[in-house]
Amino acid sequence: MDFSSINPALLLASLMVASTAVLIAAIGELIVEKAGVLNLGVEGMMITGAICGFIVAVTTGSPLLGFVAAAVGGAVLSLLFGVLTQLALANQVASGLALTLFGLGLSALMGQSYVGIKPPSTPKLDLPLLSDIPFLGTVLFRHDLMVYVGIALVAATWAFLKYARAGLILKAVGENHEAAHALGYNVVRIRFMAICFGGACAGLGGAYISLIRVPQWTEGMTGGVGWIALALVVFASWKPWRVLLGAWLFGGVTVLQLNLQAAGIAIPAEYLSMSPYLITILVLVIMSFDRSGAPASLGRTFHASQ
Amino acid sequence: MTGTLLEIVGLTKAYPGVVANDDVSFSIGEGEVHALLGENGAGKSTLVKMIYGLVKPDRGEMVFQGKVYEPSEPQEARGRGVAMVFQHFSLFDALNVAENVALGMANPPKTGALAEQIRRVSEQYGLPLDPWRLVGDLSAGERQRVEIIRCLLQDPKLLIMDEPTSVLTPQEVEILFATLRKLKAEGTSILYISHKLEEIRTLCDEATILRLGRKVGTCTPREVTAAQMAEMMVGSELHRPEREASTPGEVRLALKDLSVPSPSQFGTSLKNITLEVRAGEVLGLAGVAGNGQDELLAALSGEITSAPGMVSLDGVAIGNKGPAERRRRGLLTGPEERLGHAAAPNMTLTENALLTGAEREGLMSSGFLKWGKARDFAAAIIERFDVRTPGTETAARALSGGNLQKFVIGREVMQRPEVLVVNQPTWGVDAAAAATIRQAILDLAAGGAAVVVISQDLDELMEVSDNFAALNEGRLSEIKPAKGLSMEEIGLMMGGAHGMEVAHV
Repeated sequence: MDFSSINPALLLASLMVASTAVLIAAIGELIVEKAGVLNLGVEGMMITGAICGFIVAVTTGSPLLGFVAAAVGGAVLSLLFGVLTQLALANQVASGLALTLFGLGLSALMGQSYVGIKPPSTPKLDLPLLSDIPFLGTVLFRHDLMVYVGIALVAATWAFLKYARAGLILKAVGENHEAAHALGYNVVRIRFMAICFGGACAGLGGAYISLIRVPQWTEGMTGGVGWIALALVVFASWKPWRVLLGAWLFGGVTVLQLNLQAAGIAIPAEYLSMSPYLITILVLVIMSFDRSGAPASLGRTFHASQ
Repeated sequence: MTGTLLEIVGLTKAYPGVVANDDVSFSIGEGEVHALLGENGAGKSTLVKMIYGLVKPDRGEMVFQGKVYEPSEPQEARGRGVAMVFQHFSLFDALNVAENVALGMANPPKTGALAEQIRRVSEQYGLPLDPWRLVGDLSAGERQRVEIIRCLLQDPKLLIMDEPTSVLTPQEVEILFATLRKLKAEGTSILYISHKLEEIRTLCDEATILRLGRKVGTCTPREVTAAQMAEMMVGSELHRPEREASTPGEVRLALKDLSVPSPSQFGTSLKNITLEVRAGEVLGLAGVAGNGQDELLAALSGEITSAPGMVSLDGVAIGNKGPAERRRRGLLTGPEERLGHAAAPNMTLTENALLTGAEREGLMSSGFLKWGKARDFAAAIIERFDVRTPGTETAARALSGGNLQKFVIGREVMQRPEVLVVNQPTWGVDAAAAATIRQAILDLAAGGAAVVVISQDLDELMEVSDNFAALNEGRLSEIKPAKGLSMEEIGLMMGGAHGMEVAHV
């Protein structure tokens, strides 16, 4: 065992990277759930975004176009969920599970000829001066753009829900869709927009894994991150900053266990691999005793009768 | 009154299988308080939804301030100066007062300025409100204030109020009326929907009466009696329930210091409720909605359990027993919400009859159901309570509110309860069906059962109760004989005006 090989600055820096995918997906799902819709298809939308982004980035050679394609891919898949639950009034839980299964299958089909290819690498932002700060520079300022996009999304979502009128309307729809309808808000349209945003975010999160974190394509490579994103939203009591904390915790334990494996600690690797999921769930369960944030109409089907 | 504000000509709206409004015409003058009268299902709500732009009429036209008025959505109606206070409040529990108000406005000012406005207007009209409080923590009366303030901030020309007093104490009604009179004096017209005739007589200038979607008459409420209006509404004379005087017997149901926390976040916990109901007695429990009625019913039915001694039936402690055990012993309950709580919407009447009657009516043996017997039981309820339905195999949701209510109350009454507890037994039920249900309750008491009636309809409670008490924030007032109680006393028992005051200006 050799713990001296673990460099704290590098550990924290890779924590930021490891948490980004789950963070972006969870923030998207938070908006969806705030609008009163429970979309369990995050995993399916993530993996679809991962392959869409991968294909476009490989074909065009531009990682940026890849991320755009990933967002579009995730959003298109989420539209399917939207049509099923908002227009056909299908059960949200069943539709979401179906979406995950469908997304896993679809992505495997699309990705058949892309296994083993390396995507174009995404440039890291090299902020002059800032990245030269010892320790902090390594931890905070030597990442790719998406890391900052993720954190900016959290801040934007928080401000949107707290200060924007549109955010207030979104919360109102999730809180009491009948009352929102009575006041003249178009519940179905608002929910559709939220679902699309959630799909785009999940797609981005998925592409982050296939283009930056791993960078390659393998079937089922999101490996349950979508489910962790779902759990994060609930256990974070639908509060954006708590989602960020949860994502960091998940990312932190993930890189820590990798480092511990590399350091040759005498715990079977399987236990270490399951530890991020276990610890995230445990901590979040404890945090979630404050369940006040749940949107009251979450998961309920809305139909504007009469 | 100077001119006509809103004129409605030949408004018609049909839903599959029912004509909600058929060729309705009337007009509202400026500064007039116009009553829209009718029983449940007469088409009042559909009519005002058309005026508010929530529902599009099939035919007919409206003229507002001399111009054609065809609102396609509520925003447009609000833009023209039409505001509405809903019967089931259109409020959001998890948001604060200011946010709730902002959601109902087209162009709300910044939150700080809005809060200031809310405070100013609410005090001006004697409806004090703290803009930062969470709506979920407010009483029903305070919630209504939020709705009214939301309307007032938009300077409405026409204010529509859908059954505004059903959730208020008598004192709160007085204050509401003072506010409405002040608005009228300022030139605002009010369209007031209710089926409380005395209120309409004190408040309204003109009345339009609807029956089964048609306009059946108009009157000037001050010049006719409540009985005359009732006859126009119902189309026939009303039979009033009768009862024979009886002497109360043994104590059947006793609650001793019953305290239970509410299972829901915005519910009301019960605090030290002590009462006794004797054989042959009807105890009426009044209270504004949300003061612990649902929790009390649940604590009695066994949905919420408590310490054993807190609830006893015929001297046996049953506080820790579940619903099935209590039913077996003869404590039956009828909750307020008929679809989803009293009856399973998608199940047939036979199945619904079986759900609560299986035990006492012997509808099952060693785990197997006796469908034939269950059907007979359902048929017997339908027959005795005159439930209008094609048959016993109809789904509960297909019945109209009044008919389903007759069925779910009848189902409990037919099981010969020792003690019956009902919450809002005639809510949303037409007058004739309400009379049937009240008569059944009285007959049951005359037969030696003890009955607890929880209701927000004070007239109903006065009609059926021997003793009377009120729930206020989960506490029970003193229990008094119902005979000779004044509205003033009742109002105080219900908690008075909950911090409201009369309009200042």
